[in-house]
Amino acid sequence: MSGRAVDLPPVAKISPFYDPRVRGFVYQGLLVLALGILIYGAASNAIANMQARNIPTNFDFWNKTSGFDINFTLIPYSAQSTFGDAFWVGLLNTLLVAAIGVFFATILGFIVGVARLSPNWIVARMATIYVESLRNVPLLLQLLFWYNAILKPLPGVRDSIVIPGLSGKPFAFLNNRGLVLPQPVFGAEFDLVLAAFGLACLLAAGFWFYARKIQRETGRRLPSGWAGLALVIGLPAIAYFAAGSPLTLDYPVLRGFNFSGGARVLPELVALLLGLILYTATFIAEIVRAGIQSVARGQSEAALALGLSGGQVLRLVVIPQAMRVITPPLTNQFLNLTKNSTLAVFIGYPDLVQVFAGSVLNITGAAVQIIAVTMAVYLVISLLTSLAMSFYMRLTATVER
Amino acid sequence: MKRISIAIAAGAILAFGATAASAGTLDQVKQRGSLACGSNSGLTGFGIPDDKGQWTGLDVDFCRAVAAAVLNDPTKVKFIPLTAKDRFTALQSGEVDVLARNGTWTLSREADLGLLFAAVNYYDGQGFMVRKKLNVNSALELNGASICVQQGTTTELNLADYFRSNNMKYEGVVFANVDDVIKAYDTSRCDAFTTDVSQLYGERIKLVNPDEHVVLPEVISKEPLGPAVRQGDDQWFDIVKWTHFAMINAEELGVTKANVDDKLKSDDPSIRRLLGVEGDFGKGMGLTKDWAYHIIKAVGNYGEAFERNVGEGSKLKIKRGLNNLWSKGGIQYAAPVR
Repeated sequence: MSGRAVDLPPVAKISPFYDPRVRGFVYQGLLVLALGILIYGAASNAIANMQARNIPTNFDFWNKTSGFDINFTLIPYSAQSTFGDAFWVGLLNTLLVAAIGVFFATILGFIVGVARLSPNWIVARMATIYVESLRNVPLLLQLLFWYNAILKPLPGVRDSIVIPGLSGKPFAFLNNRGLVLPQPVFGAEFDLVLAAFGLACLLAAGFWFYARKIQRETGRRLPSGWAGLALVIGLPAIAYFAAGSPLTLDYPVLRGFNFSGGARVLPELVALLLGLILYTATFIAEIVRAGIQSVARGQSEAALALGLSGGQVLRLVVIPQAMRVITPPLTNQFLNLTKNSTLAVFIGYPDLVQVFAGSVLNITGAAVQIIAVTMAVYLVISLLTSLAMSFYMRLTATVER
Repeated sequence: MKRISIAIAAGAILAFGATAASAGTLDQVKQRGSLACGSNSGLTGFGIPDDKGQWTGLDVDFCRAVAAAVLNDPTKVKFIPLTAKDRFTALQSGEVDVLARNGTWTLSREADLGLLFAAVNYYDGQGFMVRKKLNVNSALELNGASICVQQGTTTELNLADYFRSNNMKYEGVVFANVDDVIKAYDTSRCDAFTTDVSQLYGERIKLVNPDEHVVLPEVISKEPLGPAVRQGDDQWFDIVKWTHFAMINAEELGVTKANVDDKLKSDDPSIRRLLGVEGDFGKGMGLTKDWAYHIIKAVGNYGEAFERNVGEGSKLKIKRGLNNLWSKGGIQYAAPVR
């Protein structure tokens, strides 16, 4: 491009009125100005209207005591906390669902996507049936189905299904209040185990780079995956026993209506995750299938001819090339999953919309501010996800030679 | 989704709508030819469509009474079902003219939300419903229980207060829609269901086996329920308030739907003033002088509306209690028409 510009004769000086660059700036400036005026007009009109109707127009409520409880929080929260704290509780609950959902939906989607192309007739048909049936049922119905499917058959607290532990002592309890697990209590020496885990990760990464170097230079493949796994599991395990098992479990005990002690996984959370993961995975599976099919057949034939195994062909030749097709629509699915998590409202999981755009909105009455903040939060989450995915795309982009 | 769309619609109205829409509600209603009444989406006894699609309930009758007073036709009401969460936004943004949706009168709702509660058409309190087989006789035995509650209600806040002040723990399971709350309670997700006592009776009917459930004796809060209007339109506020007072006064004076025409010939000056035979009390509110006659002709007096919707004449069979007239041991009391 720049090379061609040099070849052109020098441009004659023209009046700015006819200069397309100047005109472009002027037009765009006018558009921005018009938009600005429109937004300013709408905002000031809204504020005037709200003040005329005695609707709060500021964020004074943020530091006031909320007065309501939330049954699932990742940070300390009680009825004496502020509305601002309730916002953070809701946001973290949303992020938790989004993170777990994206992780498992991706894994399941990849497995099903590959399975749809499997030469095994049954595997391919099962995958097709799964994708076609769940993809075409509205997510809300699926969520309600899972919520009731989980709750209905489970017994009450007093008749909990007991899951025995290794020592024969009851380990966990399953009932219609959720899954009650022992809560791990970390001793002071547990830091040693964490340090060992960190060290193992570093060692594994170092070995992986070393193995890659060896493979490049000699073509010999070292079992870096297995070695890394052994390190990451083995070293902390040794440290754990060396430190005298600094981890104790706080077992749940049935007291009155509910279990006290232990940690609890809410049925609402499980239902929401099941619904989101199973639904989103169908779309990811289709994206993965399309991505794999976009890689020319000659590529896998050539790889097979080189003597790679079926798994290696998929892992080393097909998927890396397919990823370039898969990543952009995959990003959309991640965003969809995060946004769809707002359906939590219908099954009583306290996510951002339920807590903040629900209870807080209703108690404070600051509808416009709260909806604006909620929309902004989803916008930021989506933009950050997109940013991370485009960064990943740049990492994996084809290097043209 | 609907809640959010209402909030966004309200935002759009606020952003692009003209100012001063709150003044002159009476003129707007007359011009439109119908009253927009914010109603419960389905609460037996207060606001629920029956099997023929006709809205019934104490709050519904209240809106019909306002329509009768203003438009001389109790059928000219458009009922807009609202969830607990949407209701105040809908009233603030002018989507409804009056909100008769078993809402609790509180300070913050008047001072912070810019509303005015015109009257109390049902004195209620919050209670708990549990399964009989739990053998719980008092709310104080509910330590550690899971409790289903509807979001965005005073109930949610009272619940937190009650357990905190009694040093008890609980798990609140919160849903936006009351039907989801009931469903969760019915599938045993919760040990107890809490809301206003009148509503507990109303919702119990919807359970699979109503007889297996019992309402605990404790009433943990004051819940004066009544119709609300926007601030800034005193005339409209008066109309809504006096609609309720007219119904109370009619009961006190023995004027019923059946005998109201005969009572036009009554010699009692109080009845003559109420029904507009003497004086012209409607004029000050922008109404005709027989406004109260139309109310009673359409829905009857307060006692009749009570018995028909929530009392002995209904499935709920709730006793008058606090809602009896002041002269009969209750606290329903109305200023006189004069």
